[in-house]
Amino acid sequence: MDPWSLYAMMKRSRRFEEAVTRLWDQGLISGEMHLGTGEEAIMAGVVSQLAPGDAMAVDHRGSAAFLMRGVAPLLLLREMLGCADGLCAGRGGHMHLFSKEHLAASSGIVGATGPAAVGFALAAQRLRPGTLAVAFFGEGALNQGMLMESIHLASQWRLPVLFVCKDDGWAITTRPEPGAGSVMERRVSGLGARFMEVDGLDVQQVWQAAREAMGSLRTGRGPVFLRARCIHLGGHYLGYALHRAIRSPLREMPKTFGTLIGSFLRREGGSLRERWAGMQIVLSTTLAASRELGWLPDQDPLKRLRASLSSNPGRLRELEHGIDAEISSAVAAAMEGVA
Amino acid sequence: MKTLHFTQAVDDALAQAMSGDDRIVVFGEDVPMTRRELLVRFGPKRVMSTPISESAFLGAAVSAAMAGLHPVVELYMVDFLGVAMDALLNEAAKVEAFSGGKWTVPMVVRAPCGGGYGDGGQHEQSLWGWLAHIPGLTVVVPSTPADAGGLMLGALLHDGPVLFLEHKLLSETYRDYLGSGGRRTVQYDVPAAGERGGVPSRWAPLPIGKALLRCDGSDLTMVSVGVGVHRALEAAGRLQTDGIRAAVLDLRTVSPLDKAAICESVAHTGHLLVIDEDYEGFGLSGEVAAVVAEAGIPFAYARVCTQTTIPYARRLEDQVLPNLARIRAAARALLGRER
Repeated sequence: MDPWSLYAMMKRSRRFEEAVTRLWDQGLISGEMHLGTGEEAIMAGVVSQLAPGDAMAVDHRGSAAFLMRGVAPLLLLREMLGCADGLCAGRGGHMHLFSKEHLAASSGIVGATGPAAVGFALAAQRLRPGTLAVAFFGEGALNQGMLMESIHLASQWRLPVLFVCKDDGWAITTRPEPGAGSVMERRVSGLGARFMEVDGLDVQQVWQAAREAMGSLRTGRGPVFLRARCIHLGGHYLGYALHRAIRSPLREMPKTFGTLIGSFLRREGGSLRERWAGMQIVLSTTLAASRELGWLPDQDPLKRLRASLSSNPGRLRELEHGIDAEISSAVAAAMEGVA
Repeated sequence: MKTLHFTQAVDDALAQAMSGDDRIVVFGEDVPMTRRELLVRFGPKRVMSTPISESAFLGAAVSAAMAGLHPVVELYMVDFLGVAMDALLNEAAKVEAFSGGKWTVPMVVRAPCGGGYGDGGQHEQSLWGWLAHIPGLTVVVPSTPADAGGLMLGALLHDGPVLFLEHKLLSETYRDYLGSGGRRTVQYDVPAAGERGGVPSRWAPLPIGKALLRCDGSDLTMVSVGVGVHRALEAAGRLQTDGIRAAVLDLRTVSPLDKAAICESVAHTGHLLVIDEDYEGFGLSGEVAAVVAEAGIPFAYARVCTQTTIPYARRLEDQVLPNLARIRAAARALLGRER
């Protein structure tokens, strides 16, 4: 494991997504935008160890996976800008990225990466022995039947699937019940996959676990489930309403809470006790999101890894300059001909 | 009389119904936040969050309805119904027939639909034709706030499963959550009369299966639902300058179709143009033509629909979805006014 090359992958992904954020803010990228900022250690720890012929099933948060797998930033940017020379001719967009040559396919449907990875692994088992398939998904997807069925099927067929759960503890605005972590382990084990857990903010831990898992997968010992906890620094997606409300309370709160209090006080409805229970849910969800916005520097996987490399500031500076230059020139090239 | 946005109108009518009927419960993903005004008025026993488990909670809504509740179950988008189709196709739609008419499933499935904001082909489909194809399902697609609230009450009076599809371009909340994310740098072609409008201070149910003639004309009948109605109205205005007097019929309900209203208008004009944001083949546009043909009415026919997977790029998307230019050209061609 080379922390420098892992850092380079992560930093490149971060810079890329910062550029995407600016383009989205300018209105040049339409629709939703789900960033992978905060999960770079998980993606780098896994994707850096993929070999030729390995496949990836990627969720709606897929830019980092494609970038780290070797798709040129220019192709991804042109896709997000809706250009005919984008990775998918401007027809897919960031939630629906596909690269046949990398055996990498995305879906915006939660849980759909499970069955996709199982099929990729079945083809791997028959056509490319020794290769494997990875499924990326969030913790919320684990409540989706098709994902649970996929873990079971992969185990029944002893398929080389690495199920990677990027667990940020949120399913958009819904949080898991307390103790859901231990339930996850029992659930996954019950479905027949080997369960591993790492700190998803620590790329070295992820890399070690993924290395061990992939070794076992390549020798036909059945599916592995890797749970890695992280924080999505940009929330569920850009412009996430909860974060907006917390960041610009003066602009967002009066209209939100004004109508909320109006509804709370409306005649006809539940008992005061029921109404208050409802209000508590709204308040606790908002509070939990605001606590997350106050994430600490050591919850940023990049800052953590960078600290361990700071003994060689010259090399660090050179590396970061190179990445900045690459992404800046990709953005400049991508903007050509874009209004 | 008061003025409300589209989604506000639906929620307002729903709240009125909930205050008069304790059996109505609302559940779906993130509902405690998206319907927080209902939550703080009616409490968490009636407004409930679900895990990302569509097949479970949609299936549960069916049997909860059979056992006496009246669920209003929400999907994030109609596209995600694919995950849980069994609940509607093989359960909700069949119970009344299988029980010899002795057992019914009074439930409403509320789902945003439609495109025009650049979210890509897995998040912008209409699918009302696909759903209306199934005997036993009622499919409602309102085009104004007043209709949306009235039809919600109509749907709640119906003693069977109703799909209540809300076009995202009309919905102030979905445009914000999925389209702009608080940005002021993006614009969409939002029909003003569908987005916000006058509604009654006390809601009364609108009948299911009744179309409304939005604009009368003697040369051509344009038939549509949802945002398509507004596109057709805009086209009708432009067609006047071509000397074409076009009627616009807002179906409001896809299934059951208001066959009498369609036939009456086409018998008068002899020209039928269907504007359907749903897919062209095997859907609503062909069904409307079949209804008129079966009635033995001589007529000329054309349609403007979505023919392919909806591309992500805004420019391509605008061409693929029914737009003013396509509607106007089709109308002129149908009436032999091409030059």
